[in-house]
Amino acid sequence: MNGADAVLRSLEAEGVEVAFGLPGGAILPVYDAFARGSTVRHVLARHEQGAGHMAEGYARASGRTGVAIATSGPGATNLVTPIADAWMDSTPLVCITGQVRSHLIGTDAFQECDITGVTTPIVKHSWLVQDVEEIPHVLKAAFHVARTGRCGPVLVDIPRDLQEAEIDFRYPDEVELPGWRPPVRGHARQIAEAARRIAAAEKPVLYVGGGTLNADACAELLALAEAGRLPVVTTLMAKSAFPETHELHFGWPGMHGPKWSNLAINSCDVLVSVGARFDDRVTGKLDAFAPGATVVHLDIDAAEIDKLRRADVPVVGPLKQILGDLAAQVRTLRESGRTSSPEAWLRRLTEWREEFPLRYGNAGDLKPQKVMETLQALTAGRDDVVWTTGVGQHQMWAMQYLLCDRPRSFITSGGLGTMGYGVPAAIGAKAARPDATVVCVDGDGCFQMTCQELATAVLEDLPIVTVVVNNGYLGMVNQWQSMFFEERRSHVHLTHAVPDYAALAEAYGAAGFTVSDEGGLEKTLSEALSCGRTAVVDARVDAHEQCFPMIPAGAAAVDMLEYEDPEPAPTPIKAVGA
Amino acid sequence: MIHTLSVLVENKPGALVRVCQLFARRGYNIESLAVGPTERHDVSSITLRVNCDKQPLEQIEKQMHKLVNVLRVRELEAGDAVERELALISIAAPPERRPELMALADVFNARVADVGPESMVFEVVGEPEHIDSFEELLRPHGIRELSRTGRIGLRRASVRRANRQRVLQ
Repeated sequence: MNGADAVLRSLEAEGVEVAFGLPGGAILPVYDAFARGSTVRHVLARHEQGAGHMAEGYARASGRTGVAIATSGPGATNLVTPIADAWMDSTPLVCITGQVRSHLIGTDAFQECDITGVTTPIVKHSWLVQDVEEIPHVLKAAFHVARTGRCGPVLVDIPRDLQEAEIDFRYPDEVELPGWRPPVRGHARQIAEAARRIAAAEKPVLYVGGGTLNADACAELLALAEAGRLPVVTTLMAKSAFPETHELHFGWPGMHGPKWSNLAINSCDVLVSVGARFDDRVTGKLDAFAPGATVVHLDIDAAEIDKLRRADVPVVGPLKQILGDLAAQVRTLRESGRTSSPEAWLRRLTEWREEFPLRYGNAGDLKPQKVMETLQALTAGRDDVVWTTGVGQHQMWAMQYLLCDRPRSFITSGGLGTMGYGVPAAIGAKAARPDATVVCVDGDGCFQMTCQELATAVLEDLPIVTVVVNNGYLGMVNQWQSMFFEERRSHVHLTHAVPDYAALAEAYGAAGFTVSDEGGLEKTLSEALSCGRTAVVDARVDAHEQCFPMIPAGAAAVDMLEYEDPEPAPTPIKAVGA
Repeated sequence: MIHTLSVLVENKPGALVRVCQLFARRGYNIESLAVGPTERHDVSSITLRVNCDKQPLEQIEKQMHKLVNVLRVRELEAGDAVERELALISIAAPPERRPELMALADVFNARVADVGPESMVFEVVGEPEHIDSFEELLRPHGIRELSRTGRIGLRRASVRRANRQRVLQ
């Protein structure tokens, strides 16, 4: 067997079901090995960025490690965006890239790029394989590092001559990584102290981040919240980690979070950060975030403790164990009857939720929020729907209006804010959950960045439904220019009509729909959701609709801008260089 | 404030880059850097000096612990560590100046590593401050070229036990 076969035998030994990639010169031997047969399904993307996001979507939907394969040079650099995305959102990802032959490395050979050098700051670790015998060991280590501790991307770069070299294959049982020692248990004394603080709190809030999903700790989170009667807010990355129709779920914090969610954090006395990282889009002005609250900080990554907010009670370790222990201890403390009751606090949060609902005006063109509400109504109660999104206004509306009860049913690009993530991530999610209806809520700007992957969805039989919230603008940029640049719209106008998204879908062999009024909305969306094919719905919405509430960047939650009724007259749009 | 870090890494390609990159991306300049083998053939020691506030330094140390190739990170506190550096200094030395230079070298325990018709090269080993002083006194004579290794350090045997708790983990 050669090194390329060893790559596939290693993936098989890791239980990899599917890899996403695109062949090229320096990875040809691996693709030749695919031709000889493998239990690993290969999904052919149209662009390596698509392959990378598919692998991310697969990882997010399944809880397993995503695998992306690309050739050297431009193939590898096209993976840089998904790698950076996986780094920011802690998505377990193994990227395998071909490299030019060993003796050509460093000579500016055709399609040569120092991809381990390029990706150094955005991978947990990377390997440039130096000897064919290393291949199984390196891949074993790569999967181990990607999935243990705080999840994230790794890269394995394999020169072509090593893929062709002969190897006596044996997959190792153990990894030898003396410097890789992620924490295995939270400290018992710290957990006990955390339980005491939580149980003694009068106004506790669980501020839940994406680490909870990565830790597969959603059941433990639910147990803790119910044992302590603790209100839960979930960040964008944690959306679906806690059932959103549950009475203890109080929305999503941050820049476009509802007022009641931000008020909850702003007024709490004990803030329990669960696998969250105090991102600036959540905190706004850091000093004004949960001012005066005692912080209990639970995380697998010691580097998150005190990074942005000082932790009063830090607990470092796997969240599944920590939350499980906390749930049991908080339950015991509550049963002892000597703790404060959060019921008055819960009533207040519920009042806030009723007092400050999400609002938008109904005048004028089809409202994007109405599209979301209709999608929500059409899918309510179903546990076989997985949402993905791009990045921008549509993403924030999706966060606000789509209610997700099942873990891993909302997949989005949080930290990096990668436009174009939605469509390929949906294809990856569909590969992970073939039974599910996978819906990408996308913006027209995002969709145009990766829509070539519709071909992948159609030809690989991974049908997804994309709802393009088409406002004809780079909507979030438009909103910022409107609000913070005196309405000088500069290079944001994409137009509603070019391209014709329904026709484009049909050109790819998918079903295309167009809707621009409320009357036809439910029928069109319903048809698209149930057609069983890859479908694109071009939902032409109000170009001027802005996403509220909004906490301007760097401002405090109390300085939130809210939707105001009656709606101000739409400003005539003077597009610059449109 | 200047801090000295002693970092043990696996002797693997890229290990040094990954450590240094944590400083570079935050805009901190590494003032001195010494890398070399240790008592174990598969482990290298990096001693680096960086001018950095305490809070970002702690963050960088934690990030360093997460690097797969990093085995140990330890801050060497002034007074708790034995620190040495070596310098080679080429100095203008016409014959009439040599006795004075030799006398100076004698005070600093510097050796003559090389002599030419118009110049000579001193070799001096010691605590970095010791080398600073020697350099200052030589400067008026006309330093032609100077190369310092950057400091290396080991925690003093006498404080190891007391400080075991402070080893960052």
